[in-house]
Amino acid sequence: MNFLKWPTIEFSKAGLLFTIVTFLLFPALSNVMPAKAEGTLELIKKRNVLTCGVTQGLPGFSAPDDKGRWHGIDADFCRAVAVAVLGDADAIKFVPLSAKVRFTALQSGEIDLLARNTTWTMHRDTALGIQFIGANYYDGQGFIVKKDIGVTSVRELDGASICANAGTTTELNVADYFRSNGMEYDISSFEKSEEAVAAYDAGRCDAYTTDQSGLYAQRQRLVDPDAHIVLNEVISKEPLSPAVRQGDDVWADIVRWVHYAMLNAEELGVNSQNIDSMKASPNPSIRRLLGVEGSFGESLGLDNDWATRVILKVGNYGESFDRNLGAGSELKIERGLNALWTQGGLQFAPPIR
Amino acid sequence: MQQIIKWSRKNLFATRMNTLLSLVSLWLIYVTIDGVASWAFINASFLGADKASCIANPHGACWPFVTAKLNQFIYGNYPAGEQWRVNIVFALGALGLGLLMTGCISFKKQLAVLMLTAYPVLTFILLSGGLLGLSYVETNQWGGLLVTLVIAVTGIVVSLPLGILLALGRRSELPIIRMMSVVFIEFWRGVPLITVLFMASVMLPLFLPEGMNFDALLRCLIGVSLFASAYMAEVIRGGLQAIPKGQYEAGKSIGLSYWKSMRLIILPQALVISIPGIVNTFIGLFKDTTLVMIVGIFDLLGIISFHFTDPNWTSPQVPITGFVFAGLVFWVFCFAMSYYSKSVERRFSVTGENK
Amino acid sequence: MVSAFIGLVWWLIDNTVANLARQNVATGFGFLDNNTGFDINQKLIAYDETSSYLRLLLVGLLNTAIVSVLGILLATVIGFMVGLARLSDNWLVSKLAFIYVEIFRNLPLLIQILFWYVLLIELLPHPKKSFSLWEVFFLNNRGLYLPWFTTLPGGGYLLWVLGLFGAGWFYVAHKARKMRELTGHNKAYARNYILIGVICLGGYLSLWGVPFEADLPALKGFNFRGGLSFTPEFVALLVALSLYTASFIAEIVRAGVLSVSKGQFEAAKALGLPTSVSMNKVIIPQAMRVIIPPLTSQYLNLTKNSSLAAAIAYPELVSVFAGTALNQTGQAVEIIFITMSIYLFLSLLTSFLMNTYNARVALVEK
Repeated sequence: MNFLKWPTIEFSKAGLLFTIVTFLLFPALSNVMPAKAEGTLELIKKRNVLTCGVTQGLPGFSAPDDKGRWHGIDADFCRAVAVAVLGDADAIKFVPLSAKVRFTALQSGEIDLLARNTTWTMHRDTALGIQFIGANYYDGQGFIVKKDIGVTSVRELDGASICANAGTTTELNVADYFRSNGMEYDISSFEKSEEAVAAYDAGRCDAYTTDQSGLYAQRQRLVDPDAHIVLNEVISKEPLSPAVRQGDDVWADIVRWVHYAMLNAEELGVNSQNIDSMKASPNPSIRRLLGVEGSFGESLGLDNDWATRVILKVGNYGESFDRNLGAGSELKIERGLNALWTQGGLQFAPPIR
Repeated sequence: MQQIIKWSRKNLFATRMNTLLSLVSLWLIYVTIDGVASWAFINASFLGADKASCIANPHGACWPFVTAKLNQFIYGNYPAGEQWRVNIVFALGALGLGLLMTGCISFKKQLAVLMLTAYPVLTFILLSGGLLGLSYVETNQWGGLLVTLVIAVTGIVVSLPLGILLALGRRSELPIIRMMSVVFIEFWRGVPLITVLFMASVMLPLFLPEGMNFDALLRCLIGVSLFASAYMAEVIRGGLQAIPKGQYEAGKSIGLSYWKSMRLIILPQALVISIPGIVNTFIGLFKDTTLVMIVGIFDLLGIISFHFTDPNWTSPQVPITGFVFAGLVFWVFCFAMSYYSKSVERRFSVTGENK
Repeated sequence: MVSAFIGLVWWLIDNTVANLARQNVATGFGFLDNNTGFDINQKLIAYDETSSYLRLLLVGLLNTAIVSVLGILLATVIGFMVGLARLSDNWLVSKLAFIYVEIFRNLPLLIQILFWYVLLIELLPHPKKSFSLWEVFFLNNRGLYLPWFTTLPGGGYLLWVLGLFGAGWFYVAHKARKMRELTGHNKAYARNYILIGVICLGGYLSLWGVPFEADLPALKGFNFRGGLSFTPEFVALLVALSLYTASFIAEIVRAGVLSVSKGQFEAAKALGLPTSVSMNKVIIPQAMRVIIPPLTSQYLNLTKNSSLAAAIAYPELVSVFAGTALNQTGQAVEIIFITMSIYLFLSLLTSFLMNTYNARVALVEK
């Protein structure tokens, strides 16, 4: 029976063919890159595309339209970074991620930037190998209920069934809130937000909870949006922030300053409409922002027009907010906490100087 | 008429027990047909551009949802101008399979080899593009039935040869090879596919060096294929075990090498014996492709349930209609495969007896 | 070849460690002692937000176990019924069984689970308009509520004793049957055993009273509280798993019965045994030899398939541990490792038991 031994040299033709086909297909689909430790900025410039992790569809933050084009404040932020780095708002690949895979996708380098309405918490910042760059939306966790159950305050939800998204901070906050107030509840945690919303809409739960902005966005997707009301109170702090991998400070600086540039532009009254005339402005802050004076872009590793491009192609923070979440959108969310500090809000950017 | 009465006497009302069973069955049939007909036809809405007509018919199916979204259910977000490429792939696949199955051509063997080698390569070039003047279409634009079929066909094409190798490995005389095959097979058969997919989507990137990355769809393909190969290996091992020892010895006695005797004597017989098992594994694999939806790939089921939350269509009947539609599509494929396997089984068992 | 394999494994581990270290990701199993901080909606043992991840793992495992065990029971019953119906002389019954098998076997399980779930939550009424039976059984889109009992002091102890007593009865009945087969005498072992048990129980109850209290479900605020409740997720998963697996079991049973040679049927008929007796005493025991190995692998499949609950928020092992916990801690490697190991262990254990069984059956045959 020794002919059953594994042959060392001979290999059947079919096997050979199969191996060749496999090896031909393999590198084609996988974008293998040199394992040399390279900065994120160089990598992006080399492949000339920014990969940006977004939601699987949350109107106002990041959602594809019928033609597959992404809209939302997070999608805008991705574009702003792409414009600053590569000069092209379309040199971008959106990677829709579930809540579960978002951090691994960032850790592993599958995406360069995570802009997926992610709450900035200490645990995530310190233990997950990622770095948050600053809240682009200050939010709090709220609840949506059917109008006809007659609930006006979260306090009245004692004994309610609550639908939530699994593995998010909302689950933890609900537990904290109900426990500290001695209230009972049943929680059903769904893997995807659209599943949770659908279950709530079908009557599986008395309330659905997520960040309040998310509630306004999801309400549009209910069978009868007018039959539901978002409760006023919030039970938590949810600073939603884009994030990058830990350990690449150059890249973190770029992403952070794109955010600040959009804020500074709004504060200085520079928007995509008036930017050409603003270049002639005598205001030194504006001149530094637009690269007329100083070489701030170069110190970021970009060119001095970086912020001009961002404002021209994407707009300032206020424009993006208005277009996606505010009066110019279907969601009609007030600026509230997200107004500039000069208007009584929390959005405050360090100066460019 | 006389015959019908005679037949039903014998087959339906032979004993009192049988009469009772027949009546219960008739009632069951009536209830089912009545329920299905009133939901799918009588109370259903057929026309409409948005959810209004479906909300107006709360007790019946919402078919306009399916017709309005059909294109996306088939192609996902594949660019409209490029969808002819997908159509060519579908048509070629259907043509090849049809020719193989009807069995009235002389070059069957060559065609089978072509379908297993050239067809996947051609499919890949056509779908992905970036070559020969075809524009590049990223896999995250693929979706719907296209992705379901891509995963299923890749799984089938990869798992068959890999399964054969593993089955041979498990029967190898070299302990190391045998042990590695056993460990591989038992590992993949022991864990649920969903954890394999989680691992592929959440963990695989961590296993690779920094900067090296796979496409999300490719990761799922690898997971599904390896999973299917382990099951395939066990089916083929069953076939190998059924071959009498004399056949192995015969191969050896005429001086054939291991691979030659496998290829010319053992495998052709073992594969024929295992055809029902192989097709069953294919059916299982095809049904399992739906699991990729849980890790966020938009296969047919995934894209259908994704559209449930389209603000223009959210209504109570939409999810039920969507699942029924998805079920119908999958059922037709699986039933066709199992029907085919049964007919093959019958054909071979008949010729076997004749010899 | 071997060195290449070891090299590959080494390369993967090396990459993983390097990746995790470079990004300062927390590693190790220390997180199992941490508080989870979140609640889940079905727990068979005490669990709340302050429990540890280890406890959560146990809760998830028990939820997997309960749905698997009940699913196995249901699937076996339905599967045997359909499988035997498929062989019925009654044309209508056998065709119906055939249609059942072809429908459920050829539909992806995930679609079936989602379908039943949507059907339950869309069609069942709101708690305030629940279907009810005698005002103690309730059914609504939050679940199925049954009357149950709670134990007073001493009740738990009594339950244990009753359980042991029940187990003892099987032993005694077995002994009695052996005795009867051996001697032909019908000794009243079993009857006496029950009698002693009833007297002891009566004595206990009259001395210390009934240590149980009825626990009836009642609408309180938004939802029903009390009683024994099953969530719609649980019911949908159980129904889908049972119906799906039953279609495979039916085919196994049919093949098993068909494998028994025709002579056996004819012999039983010749002895004048009624069909039910010849089925139960002659055919099925012989068919079991063919049925049991594939049946066990179906049981194992059902257990693994219960992991699809991730799609409908039933908190079993994969959805609650490899889902929520993975997400909260971010320790993907450790958690997937633990989850896979558990399933792998279950599967290897089943294979081992199956091989032992096969060996025994083979010995008996020869």
